[in-house]
Amino acid sequence: MAAFYSLILVLLLSIAGYFGGSAAGTFFGIIIPYAAIAVFLIGLTARVLQWAKIPVPFRITTTCGQQKSLPWIKYSRLDNPGSGLGTVFRMALEILLFRSLFRNTKAEIKDGPRLVFSERKFLWLAALAFHWTFLFILLRHLRFFLEPVPGFVLLAQTLDGFFQIGTPVLYMTDLVILAALAYLLIRRFSDSQVRYISLFADYFALFLLLGLVLSGIALRYFIKTDISGIKELALGLATFSPALPAGLSPIFFMHIFLLSILVAFFPFSKLMHMGGVFLSPTRNLANNNRMKRHINPWNHPVKVHTYEEWEDEFRDKIRAAGLPLDKA
Amino acid sequence: MRDRSLIYLGLLIFLAVVTFPFTYNLAAGSGEMPDLEYPDNETQCVESKEFMRSSHMQLLVDWRESLVRENVRTHKTSDGRTYDISLTNTCLAACHTRKGDFCDRCHDYSGVENPYCWDCHIDPEQTERSAR
Repeated sequence: MAAFYSLILVLLLSIAGYFGGSAAGTFFGIIIPYAAIAVFLIGLTARVLQWAKIPVPFRITTTCGQQKSLPWIKYSRLDNPGSGLGTVFRMALEILLFRSLFRNTKAEIKDGPRLVFSERKFLWLAALAFHWTFLFILLRHLRFFLEPVPGFVLLAQTLDGFFQIGTPVLYMTDLVILAALAYLLIRRFSDSQVRYISLFADYFALFLLLGLVLSGIALRYFIKTDISGIKELALGLATFSPALPAGLSPIFFMHIFLLSILVAFFPFSKLMHMGGVFLSPTRNLANNNRMKRHINPWNHPVKVHTYEEWEDEFRDKIRAAGLPLDKA
Repeated sequence: MRDRSLIYLGLLIFLAVVTFPFTYNLAAGSGEMPDLEYPDNETQCVESKEFMRSSHMQLLVDWRESLVRENVRTHKTSDGRTYDISLTNTCLAACHTRKGDFCDRCHDYSGVENPYCWDCHIDPEQTERSAR
């Protein structure tokens, strides 16, 4: 039902964008995008600042390999980093290549009964494909927001349309992101265990992204609209002198409305893993618990009575009883 | 603490990247939509201005396909005018003689870099220049 409701909600939002654009263009084309970006920036900043306040006094790294100890024991530099540099590499691999997803396994009970763990690389592959193509698509879209269009954006476009299929040239990322999103959605439906833990928000993000991608694909390949008009609007937004050109397609308003919803939804949703991945204490700390003493900075000062003090206190009695003393 | 300042630094970098379009355009000056050089001899294009703006590439592709595959050499518009199907002779030679002041201005503005039309078709202005 969660999937159904979120699909309905995304469809309603799409319809609102489609018809709202022609009825109230200024609202859907200018006010909502500005509001969305403001919510995104403020919300994201607030969330990260809130996270930054949470103390992490101890090193609670997830160790995935041999710890650094004696020099003749080979240790795992990336999976159990002992230094800051190792941690940087570990984080880079995690953020750029999703290394922990690569370790994804599936547990099944086979006849016997015996429990069998098998590798499941498809989640990693689809996640990697989705995130990288999404970045590429974002880069390509900068052509609407920047004037003159910088070289790296044009390069991204050229690479993306490398095969020169059709006119306008087919972008590879459009196909890849659709396939990846479809896999991520089907995975939630087909696997009963994943389906059980899937919530409304999980499906909502996926359907929203699918709606965004599909409306973008429709705009590029099927229902063409005046690109220079869109650039005029986007540049106007970026230079704080927004003006709404006439004759923009309703699909465009649907596209920008879904994007605004996604951007505004971002700080309140699981999409915040974009910032969160950098702040995972199980990943971003060096495992040097045995090399360095980490003292909890807000420890209450505990009154202690050391052995030396105790011995001083009872020295005469200990000596009289003939018991050994540390300090004679 | 030491780590907290790292988080603040990362956040600042992220915000700078996200607001890059705002700062970039402030630095580069607002790019207004370019004026196009319209031909003096004609007041009307093959289709309406709105259609040409959004779908001229589709029209050109349809032209190419109908000429190359079906040997249809004339295009009849919805209001009955006829045109020879030819990008070089009809569009470029007759009306938009200066590609640089028409096609390229809008393409550059919208970041449509070198559509592959120009892999085969010749810019008449350029041929004139090289003939001189």
